[in-house]
Amino acid sequence: MTRSNIALLVLVAAVAALPLFGGAYALRLGTIACLYAVLALSWNVVGGLAGYPSFATAAFFGYGAYAAGVLLGHGWPLWAAVAFAALSALVGAAALGAVLLRLRGHYFAIASLSLAEVLRELVNNATDLTGGGMGLNIPLAAGSGVMAEATFFFFAMWGVLLATALMAIVVGGSKLGFALACIRQNETASSMVGLNTTLYKAAAFGLSACFVGAAGGIYAAWVHYIDPSDVFDILYSVKPIVMALMGGLGSPLGVACGAFLYLGLEEVVWRNYIQIHTGVLGLLIVLLLLFLPHGLSSLRADRLWRRAKHV
Amino acid sequence: MSDLLRLARVSRHFSGLQALRDVTLSVASGEVLGLIGPNGAGKTTLVNTICGVTPANSGSVMFDGRDITRIKTYQAARLGLSRTFQIVQPFSEFTALDNVAAAALFSQPGASLKAAREAARAHLAFVGLEAQGAQPAATLTLAMRKRLELAKALAMKPKLLFLDEVNAGLNSAEVERATRLIHELAASGITIVMIEHLMKVVLNVCTRIVVLHNGALIADGAPREVISNPAVVEAYLGQKYAQRSAGHG
Repeated sequence: MTRSNIALLVLVAAVAALPLFGGAYALRLGTIACLYAVLALSWNVVGGLAGYPSFATAAFFGYGAYAAGVLLGHGWPLWAAVAFAALSALVGAAALGAVLLRLRGHYFAIASLSLAEVLRELVNNATDLTGGGMGLNIPLAAGSGVMAEATFFFFAMWGVLLATALMAIVVGGSKLGFALACIRQNETASSMVGLNTTLYKAAAFGLSACFVGAAGGIYAAWVHYIDPSDVFDILYSVKPIVMALMGGLGSPLGVACGAFLYLGLEEVVWRNYIQIHTGVLGLLIVLLLLFLPHGLSSLRADRLWRRAKHV
Repeated sequence: MSDLLRLARVSRHFSGLQALRDVTLSVASGEVLGLIGPNGAGKTTLVNTICGVTPANSGSVMFDGRDITRIKTYQAARLGLSRTFQIVQPFSEFTALDNVAAAALFSQPGASLKAAREAARAHLAFVGLEAQGAQPAATLTLAMRKRLELAKALAMKPKLLFLDEVNAGLNSAEVERATRLIHELAASGITIVMIEHLMKVVLNVCTRIVVLHNGALIADGAPREVISNPAVVEAYLGQKYAQRSAGHG
């Protein structure tokens, strides 16, 4: 295992220690941090490794939230509802990917963007099943206190993050990761050397959906109420891309750091500039990308040290 | 010798442009076939059609006793059809070694990444690039990238190898080196179809020549015979070349 992969696992383990240090706010922030890292690491499989600019994250997230939410309403246990959301997202996305990933570049971006809109309209219209625009109430788990529940959902989301990080590490060192790197660099040449590009791209799309679906399911159970404009929000598609760009495309450690950095910025800016927070956040992101175009992962301790010595 | 590749009345058009017209052609195993013709004659299209990049609109392509007319590119590659590109197509961020490893990995069913890298090392050594193994492909010179293409094609353990202008853009020392490599490959029993503009190389290496002009085959035969064929002289070689080679011959 490479150093950066070990660092990623250490980082994920460090996040698990968060409940030791704080109350409900730290848990809430920690849960969102895990959620963001899951989204960004998942996006990285198709966006960073295969080089396909996917805007489908919101679709997977909303799908997972609604699939798990509806099943929870029918009395399924949480783990089963989340597992179903994850597996059906994996299979569904892989099947869709085999079709959608025939498009390249901007065309693929637009097609993936429309996926969330299609699902949103479906949910809006299937009023009997989903409650439509009125949203969906998810039953409270009986008999546990507020803090116990917050801790439980934090660790549930953390578990998904751990699984996603392991997936990212395994994919990075596998034949699949190698194939995706080939596809990103030269898809024509890839198929010329016998690489079944459709198969590998579909697998990547499926993997990028699986854990996002699970995270969506846990999110739904956590907040107890979801509606289409919340879980199919386009920001769920855009944020992971920004995080991955901030962290450094392709590297799982960089992407996870990017997710945490993004959350930190979002939180600090929101607190201090409540009226213009989106504007300030946007400005900060632009500045970061301008001065650190290859993201956080291009910053290395040894390089900083060398630069400091020369100055 | 049995026919490894057989094309029967293969045609391909791109909307209004007829790129290949009723091409009928066989390649026997062990042969080194030269495919020549003026620019735009359809030489590369013919290779693309066989490899499944631009499948034939009509006619059939048989390879090794199997109909591959409608086959996908990656399937053709796994059957043992490999090619080099006229315009080199490396994975530019990868090292030279990983470029070749990719070819070894995905063309052979069940290959592991580690075994593919081992095999890649041997192929790089064969084309004389072992020193550049760790270098990103983007930093190699054109001549080196052409040889990298060749190593990639060989890593696929081809039965039939298409060489699409491997000598274009090389200086005479590099051409000589590439020609030696082609000789070695032919001696090792790989069937080769080469697209080439340098007649010196074609006459030196090929056992048979076919000439394509406006998408149709206009000549097929032994090298000396073909270059004195009036239709070939008219379409491609030109009177001057014919007189010069007649003088030499």
